[in-house]
Amino acid sequence: MTMTGLDTTPPGGIPHREDNYLTHRRGIASWLFTLDHKRIGVMYLVTVLAAFLLGGIFALLMRTQLLRPEGLLFHMTPDNQDLAVYRPFNQLFTLHGVVMIFLVLIPGTPAALGNFVLPLMLGAKDVAFPRLNLWSYYLFVAGAVLAVVSILVNAVDTGWTFYTPYSTQTSGAVIPLVAGAFVIGFSSIFTGINFIVSIHKLRPAGMKWDRVPLFLWGLYATAVIQVVATPVLGMTLLLLIVERLFHVGIFNSYYGGDPVLFQHFFWFYSHPAVYIMILPAMGVMSEVIATFCRRDIFGYRFVAASSVAIALIGFLVWGHHMFPNGQSGALDAIFSVMTMLVAIPSGVKVWNWLATMYKGSIVLQAPMCYALCFLFLFAIGGLTGLWLASLVTNFHVHDTYFVVAHFHYVMIGGALFMFIGGLHYWWPKITGRMYNETVARIGCLLLFAGFNLTFFPQFIMGTHGMPRRSASYMPMFELYHVLSSEGALLQFLALLLIAGCFVYSLCRGRKAPANPWGGTTLEWACPSPPPHDNFDRPPPVGRPYDRAGIAWNDALGGYERKEKS
Amino acid sequence: MASYSGVEPAAADSSHLGHVVPLGVLAAVWGALVALTVLTVAAAGVDLGNLNLYIALAIAGVKAALVVLYFMHLRYDRPFLLVVFLGCLAFVVLFISLAMTDARAYAPSLVPGQAPSMKDVHTPFGTGD
Amino acid sequence: MTEPAAHAQDPRSDPWHLAHHFTTPRQQFDSGKLGIWLFLATEILLFSGLFCAYAVFRANHPEVFVYAHLYLSKPLGALNTLILIFSSFTMASAVRAAQLGQTRWLVRLLAVTLVCAGAFLCVKFIEYKAKWEEGLLTGARYRPEAPPPGADVPKEAAIPRARPAPKPAPVDGLLVERSTIAPAAVGPSGLAPAWLAGEPAHPPLEWRGPEPYNVQVFFSFYFVMTGLHGIHVLGGMAAIGWVLVRARRGEFGPQYFSPVDFTGLYWHLVDLIWIFLFPLLYLIT
Repeated sequence: MTMTGLDTTPPGGIPHREDNYLTHRRGIASWLFTLDHKRIGVMYLVTVLAAFLLGGIFALLMRTQLLRPEGLLFHMTPDNQDLAVYRPFNQLFTLHGVVMIFLVLIPGTPAALGNFVLPLMLGAKDVAFPRLNLWSYYLFVAGAVLAVVSILVNAVDTGWTFYTPYSTQTSGAVIPLVAGAFVIGFSSIFTGINFIVSIHKLRPAGMKWDRVPLFLWGLYATAVIQVVATPVLGMTLLLLIVERLFHVGIFNSYYGGDPVLFQHFFWFYSHPAVYIMILPAMGVMSEVIATFCRRDIFGYRFVAASSVAIALIGFLVWGHHMFPNGQSGALDAIFSVMTMLVAIPSGVKVWNWLATMYKGSIVLQAPMCYALCFLFLFAIGGLTGLWLASLVTNFHVHDTYFVVAHFHYVMIGGALFMFIGGLHYWWPKITGRMYNETVARIGCLLLFAGFNLTFFPQFIMGTHGMPRRSASYMPMFELYHVLSSEGALLQFLALLLIAGCFVYSLCRGRKAPANPWGGTTLEWACPSPPPHDNFDRPPPVGRPYDRAGIAWNDALGGYERKEKS
Repeated sequence: MASYSGVEPAAADSSHLGHVVPLGVLAAVWGALVALTVLTVAAAGVDLGNLNLYIALAIAGVKAALVVLYFMHLRYDRPFLLVVFLGCLAFVVLFISLAMTDARAYAPSLVPGQAPSMKDVHTPFGTGD
Repeated sequence: MTEPAAHAQDPRSDPWHLAHHFTTPRQQFDSGKLGIWLFLATEILLFSGLFCAYAVFRANHPEVFVYAHLYLSKPLGALNTLILIFSSFTMASAVRAAQLGQTRWLVRLLAVTLVCAGAFLCVKFIEYKAKWEEGLLTGARYRPEAPPPGADVPKEAAIPRARPAPKPAPVDGLLVERSTIAPAAVGPSGLAPAWLAGEPAHPPLEWRGPEPYNVQVFFSFYFVMTGLHGIHVLGGMAAIGWVLVRARRGEFGPQYFSPVDFTGLYWHLVDLIWIFLFPLLYLIT
């Protein structure tokens, strides 16, 4: 045994302990009132996945409707020629958007994976404010419940963007839904505060800022956005509620108000919100690529700086959602230029990942498969974003399926693929079980195929003029819609396969070693699953992707880091 | 000692957790705030056209600075907290200035007194009431 | 296998207030401070939305603001400002007392802060009640009984809505906000309590002309901004009350005073927001 004093790897490797955070205390109360970030992360994960199922069902219903030009589920009949027959479709796309954005993508990687992994990566025992963390979770659940209530009462049909004046006048239950989003906003803010303070104050000695893992840089940038942007959403939603209740007139021109002001308020949050969704996913990318290419990340400082740059520049581009909506010409120009600038740090990251892969020893396990899919899909999504940034082309494709395809490529192809990839990557750590690699890879492939089948045709029909949020369409678009709907079905089956793979692993998966992938960051230095207190004492800190000493150990069935004696 | 990277060794002593602001300083700041309040009310009584708004905001800014620096003892705290506060203000300025730029851009097309008032409007959802 | 835990301090000798995931009280205090400042930043950004909407509307419809603010009582607004500034002073002194271990002063100063907060809300209530009685509400409920003091609104000007006949105004005390029914040429009788009397009998007229359109928008801003601020005052009172209870139990001293400190920071922010609300709503020229 080496006597370096801070060596946490005993001979024989880190034992799989029976007393871990899952078994530490039992009973439902020990989960409901837990202050353990790992349990809170698991609860978030379960809730997020349930919401994902709900949002996915809405999507499948929409794609079913769009199988026929006149609509398959809701269509006009000879005795009912009222346009209101399509209202359920409006409700579907509103709820799909609200659920997927506020209940799945915004909390997804930061709250479900980040809560679990962040303290472990810092070698800490918990986040800075564990009670606030639990409050975050309960606010999230409360907001979700309010949203479900609104769905049951009278589902909203304004679109997830709640544009005035329709949102102030529609009969849908706007107030519960918007109140739910307001509450979830506070959940997001508290998570952001927790992460910023944790990363600032709970780093171990030796982890200076240039040794912080890139997933934490991503979470830090995300947290800054959460703290700065979400309050403005809170104010926007509050004003919308007040406007509906008391007709104050701030957004309604009949009362002397300004509807475009609502859009400024809304997008000041909602554009940075999309960076909340993608930055953690990019952080996961860095981790996965470094581990599965067996190399130090190329250009660590550039990747870290680009996370912060995306967060900051992301606040300067919100008007690109409003180019044709009555915004002044001067602002159109400013926002167009800034939007093109925000693509640069994302490009920096993609090049750095590619450079890391070059001459690396790539191992195509499931997380790496998802990472490769990310590179391809995010590149497409990002580049089509430039087409939307340019004013001339934007006016042509604004509010068409081109925009829908663009944001699904970045949100699903980018954020969701790496959420699932990250889930595969940290699954052994969270559950202490391995999953079946072959089934997982097949799931990834099917999801990739289904995703492209769904959304690539949408780019084409968008440029041909197919408007978004439309329950019926002209027959010339039928082929694209059918392909899209079939792709949606394939995605659903792929996700079922992936879910089945995980469920099977929970029941029958082999026990996971502490470090199944050869990761170099600190979360791999504790057992899988981690004990209640994470580490007996702070683990030694080196450069985050330093592979010195990482070697496979047959006896453990996993990797270990051997200190030089 | 298991320390963390953000701490200076000298400040690790837990018995001096925060600088104590002298009572005289607090009282002086309070006096200044009261005086500035009187000043701002008096200034509002004098008609200087557009300048009135800027003077009022400037006085409010000075009052705010006094509260932040002394009552909230940001003057004696870690510099990073000042970065947090000023950063937040930077975003507020960004938001307000860009929104106002947009609003001013269409201001010339507003005709004073031409916006419909409440009762005169009939909308598909009823009268503007 | 390994030596016992490398804590410099045996966990059993850690102070009672030190949470298990922090190594030193300094680390815990610094973390809390950073956390509360981040929260204050979010509160500032929350109100910034309102200030932005205010800025946009005032830039495009200045006449609404100049006219409607005359309905507000400058003396009451100034009084509220002074009350809040004083409460900030007592709160900062309370934090100082906690740092020095002066528990009795801490309790007294916290109590005074609480009383000031209550006084602020009482004055607000008086103002709101007057608005209600004069029909100065938001949106469709804006039905003023009379033009504001200091405005010369010609009787024959077309005013966009019919007004009910004004009720006679009962006088029930000094701090009652009322607008006069008499024509403005006589000058406002105002609502100044006796000790503020001494204003000139005929103050300059601040508005000449018909009532502008959409005056109710001003009151939308007034109620939403001061209402949200009032909710924050209530929250602050709850927090101060809780800290007061703990202070009476003797929980705070030089080693541990962060709840007092952080509540104080929140309270100062509430004061800060009012420092900006006051000139923007009450002192428009």
